[in-house]
Amino acid sequence: MRAVWILWLRQIKRYARARTRLIGSLGQPVLFLFALGFGFGPIYARAGGGNYLEFVVPGIIAMGIIFTAVFGGIEIIWDRQFGFLKETLVAPVPRLAIVLGRTLGGATTAMLQGVIVLVICLIAGFRIHHPLLVPLAVVFMFLIALVFAAIGTAIGSVLRDMQGFQLIMNFLVMPLFFFSNALFPTAGLPAPLRLAVQLNPLSYGVAGMRDALAGTASWGMALDLAVLGGMAGVLLGLSSFLFSRIEA
Amino acid sequence: MAAIIEVDGLVKTFGTFKAVDGISFSVGEGTIRAFLGPNGAGKTTTIKILTTVLAPTSGRIKVAGYDPVRERTAVRRAFGIVFQDPSLDEELTAHENMQLHGVLYGVPRKELRERMELLLRFVGLWERRNDYVKQFSGGMKRRLEIARAFLHQPRLLFLDEPTLGLDPQTRSHIWEFVRGLSREQQVTVFFTTHAMEEAERVADDITVIDHGRIVAEGTAASLKGRTGSATLEDAFIALTGRDIREDEATPADRMRMMRRAWRGR
Repeated sequence: MRAVWILWLRQIKRYARARTRLIGSLGQPVLFLFALGFGFGPIYARAGGGNYLEFVVPGIIAMGIIFTAVFGGIEIIWDRQFGFLKETLVAPVPRLAIVLGRTLGGATTAMLQGVIVLVICLIAGFRIHHPLLVPLAVVFMFLIALVFAAIGTAIGSVLRDMQGFQLIMNFLVMPLFFFSNALFPTAGLPAPLRLAVQLNPLSYGVAGMRDALAGTASWGMALDLAVLGGMAGVLLGLSSFLFSRIEA
Repeated sequence: MAAIIEVDGLVKTFGTFKAVDGISFSVGEGTIRAFLGPNGAGKTTTIKILTTVLAPTSGRIKVAGYDPVRERTAVRRAFGIVFQDPSLDEELTAHENMQLHGVLYGVPRKELRERMELLLRFVGLWERRNDYVKQFSGGMKRRLEIARAFLHQPRLLFLDEPTLGLDPQTRSHIWEFVRGLSREQQVTVFFTTHAMEEAERVADDITVIDHGRIVAEGTAASLKGRTGSATLEDAFIALTGRDIREDEATPADRMRMMRRAWRGR
């Protein structure tokens, strides 16, 4: 489908051209890397956890990905306000193609963002145990990106203006990030918190990335792939449905 | 002459408010039709329904021979549209905006390249094709949107207040261009405007809508004759009254309109 391709390309071009946004969205993960990665390192090691930097880097990569991905989806609101959305709504292509193009484009840029964060982490001292598994880690990055881009698309299809943006960030995206295994291990957590972490699709992405990059074995990558892939499918379906209900 | 737009008993309600109240009209292929009415009369709602982005409450519609509800894709392929507000991607270049449109409408690669050059030259933007749209003036954006609307060779072109906020030079340039292409390629044009002299100069026929109903139809001369007015502007005011309308109807406005409807105006 050329329509999917051209809308994908549009997202990539917009991402590459918005340099300030690109740099701005790197700020948060870099801050977390230095403040948490190095700040908690000593106490984590003393508690017998080992190298915290090694543990937290996949979580920080996930952070870089999810914010960019959700934002890419929510851009629909911008397109609605600046009018471009209408151009796609009257085009003779299925709404599903529009959703796919946009969401895949948003997911691709978010994945690139994740790769950039990984490179920064390598410079900061992170070590990869199995270089051959790096492509697999990138697959996990893309799946995380796809899940969150689809969430963004679904939200962007429903919200009319940016006023709800803060609400979404603070009551959906932030909780999904903090109530995951991105920053702390699940072993020994209070039961409710552990349940939250286990129900959170992001946890499976972080676990998969962690296993691929740091050479650990958390939940088994097959399970991680299945959960993330399934969630991505469900959310793409939901966002297509919500997008198809938009009336100009 | 075959009709390219056929509307029969079209109704659109939002809650209890009737935005379009049972209108019927048809537009002959290859003609230019002005669709006039005060703010909130139902013009934009009608255009949205004809262009498949809003579902009608009831009524029978055919656009280019297809039903905008059940045969959306066929209808969408047949028309081009310039919306009331800009609908370009400002972060892309003029050329990229055209390219995106051409791909969405499935224009074959070679034809797309040729038509892009032809149309961009026609609207005087060929030299600026690689500039970002955000650097363009209002008039340049409008010209680009019109060129884009013609890109996939539509049989029918919708223009919703295409000259709003443009200077007289740009307005006359745009109408010359639209008229030229309409005559040359047998494209039907259906447009709205508040500039009565534009309607008079450009349109073959005029349809006047008010409070969701069609109040008059005919050539500018016949509307003037019927109302005994010297200008189309006077005829328009004679047909639609002197009340000033709000652009975006608030709930209070809608209630007021409903009350007026109850009293039979």
